[in-house]
Amino acid sequence: MESQQQAIEQSQYLEESFFAELIQSFKQNKSALVGSIVLVLFISAAVLAPFIAPYDPYNVDMSQQFQRPSAQYLLGTDMFGRDILSRIIYGSRISLVIGLIPTLISMVIGTILGLVAGYYGKKTDYIIMRLADIVMAFPSLLLAMVVMYTLGASLLNIFIAISMVNWAGTARVVRSQTLVLKEKEFVEAAKIMGVKNWVILLRHLFPNCIPSLLVLFTLGIPDAIMSEATLSFLGVGVQPPMASWGLMVSTGKEFLFMAPWVAIVPGVAILIVALAFNFLGDGLRDALDPYLKQ
Amino acid sequence: MATENLLEVRNLKKHFTVANDFFGRPTATLKAVDDVSFSIAPGETLGLVGESGCGKSTTGRTIIGLYKPTGGEVLFNGKPLSTLAANNAACREIQMIFQDPYASLNPRMTVGDIVGEPLDIHGLAQGEARTKRVQELLSLVGLNAEHANRFPHEFSGGQRQRVGIARALAVNPKLIICDEPISALDVSIQAQVVNLLEKLQRELGLTYLFIAHDLAMVKYISRRVAVMYLGKIVELAETDELYSKPRHPYTQALLSAIPIPDPEVEATRERIRLEGDVPNPINPPSGCYFRTRCQYATEKCAKEQPELKELDGHAVACHMVAESNEA
Repeated sequence: MESQQQAIEQSQYLEESFFAELIQSFKQNKSALVGSIVLVLFISAAVLAPFIAPYDPYNVDMSQQFQRPSAQYLLGTDMFGRDILSRIIYGSRISLVIGLIPTLISMVIGTILGLVAGYYGKKTDYIIMRLADIVMAFPSLLLAMVVMYTLGASLLNIFIAISMVNWAGTARVVRSQTLVLKEKEFVEAAKIMGVKNWVILLRHLFPNCIPSLLVLFTLGIPDAIMSEATLSFLGVGVQPPMASWGLMVSTGKEFLFMAPWVAIVPGVAILIVALAFNFLGDGLRDALDPYLKQ
Repeated sequence: MATENLLEVRNLKKHFTVANDFFGRPTATLKAVDDVSFSIAPGETLGLVGESGCGKSTTGRTIIGLYKPTGGEVLFNGKPLSTLAANNAACREIQMIFQDPYASLNPRMTVGDIVGEPLDIHGLAQGEARTKRVQELLSLVGLNAEHANRFPHEFSGGQRQRVGIARALAVNPKLIICDEPISALDVSIQAQVVNLLEKLQRELGLTYLFIAHDLAMVKYISRRVAVMYLGKIVELAETDELYSKPRHPYTQALLSAIPIPDPEVEATRERIRLEGDVPNPINPPSGCYFRTRCQYATEKCAKEQPELKELDGHAVACHMVAESNEA
C-alpha cells in the first residue's frame, strides 16, 4: 500500500510541466542561474571564436614571449608569444566538443543498456550490470589512458576513451528508473494491448527517464572536460599546437614561477566552466527532486 | 451451459517463488491463486471480492496473460488462451481497466495518443479515421473531443479513469477485467464510474469481471459474486442469494462488516468479528485455510481441504456447510 502511494506521488511529480517548474526553481536558485549565464557566455565564445579573439591563437611571435597581462594582451602571452586570451577562446571550442560529444555518446549507450537491463531483467540485467560494475571498479583515468595509448592520441580517440568510461553511471540510473516504471500500470496496459517490447521501451519508458537524463547530461559534461584536460595534461590527449585548456596548463607548468599566468589562466577557465556545469546540474536536480520541493 | 460461457477458468493456479536455495531450486512459494475455477456468461458481470492479498488481482492478471499461469487453463469462447502477447486476436477480445488512474496513463502522452495507441497497434484506424474514432471513444465515456490534446495531469482522478476505460474500449473487446476500477476514486466519483460501466455494458453488450473489495458496490453491479480467501474461491453464488443467505463463515463475517447507514441499528447489531490476521500465504494452515479464524472449525477442517461444492447454483467450500446439506 505504501509503495503504491509512493508510485502515485512520483507519477504526479513526473507529470507537472517540466519547464515551468524549472524556471520557477531557477529563480530561487542563484548558483544555477549564475551557472547558466556563464555557460551561455562560454558557448557563445566557442561559437563566435574567430570574431571575438583579438589575435590569431597559432601566431608565433618570439619577440612577444612571456608578456605579462596588460592592455595589449589581456591575459598575457605564452612561451611562443601567442595571445593566451585568444587561445582560451579557441580552446573553449575543444572543451565544448569534448564536453558534449563523448557525454552524448556515453548517454546513448548507457540509456540503451540501462533500459534493456531494467526491462528484461534476469540474465540480461545481470550481464549488463556486471559489465558496468567492472567499468566502474576500474580507475577511470587509467582505463582512458590505456585506450589512448593503444589507439593513439587524437580527438576521436578521446571521444572513445571518455565514452567507454562514462556509460556505466548512466546505465545504472536508467536501469533503476526502468525498474520502477515497468511496474506501472500504463506499461501493463501497453502489454495487454499487444504493444511490442521495443515500442514499450521507446514510447513508454524512455520519455519518462528524460528528466533524470538531463541532469546526468549536465553533470557529465564537466566530467568529460576534466578528463580531457587531464589526458591532455598527461600528454595523451589533444596534441600541440591545438589550443586545449588542459594542454595549455600542461605546457605552462614548466614556467610556473617565471610566468605563472601561462598555466593558471587556462586552469581557472577549466575551473569556472566545470563549476558552471555543476551548478546547472545541481539546479536541475533540485528542481526535479520531489523531496527537496517546498 | 458450459459451451455458452464467454470465459471459463479451470483450476487456474499462479504460484510465485519467493525464495531460492543455492542451486536455484524454490524453497518457498506463494500460492497467490490456487485452483480457482469459475465461468462468466456473455453480458454478465461476475464480482470477485476478498481482502487485500487474497489473490483477486492476480487472478485477473493471470487470465489476461500478464502472468503466466502455473497450472490450469483459461478458455475464451471455448478456445484456450495461452499468453496474450503471443495471441494477437486475444488482445482485442479481452481488455483491462486498472485501479490507479494516476499510474495507468503514461504522463508523457496526450490523451488522444493514449486512447489511439491500441488503434495504431492493431491497425484499426489511421489518419482522419483515427482522430474520429478517438473522439467517438472519448464522447462514449463522457469526455469532450478537445480533451484529446491534453495530458493526463490536467485531469481529475475520475476523468483519468474514463480515459482508461476509453482506451480499453478502443479495440471493441468482449470482456473487460475491471481490477478495482473505483477503489482509488472519491466516493462521489465512484458512482459515476460504476454507472458509466453499466451504461457501456448495456450499449455495447460487454461482459465484466469486476474485482473489488467494496462489497456494496459489487452488490450493485454484479449478477454473481465470488468470494476469495487466500487464493481460493470459498463461495460463489447469485448476488442476491449470496448477500441474503451467505453460507461460508468467511462470507458471513465479511458481510457483517458492511456498516448499516442507520446509527441506531448500527449501535445494537452484532457483528461477527474475526480473530487474528490472515495466515501467512507462504505457509498456510493445513486443511481449510480459514479454520484458524473460524468459530465453527472442527478436527476435520484441520485435516481435509474442503472442495467447492455446488447446491442449487450456490457453491461453498466448507465442511460444515457440506454436512448440513447432506443432512
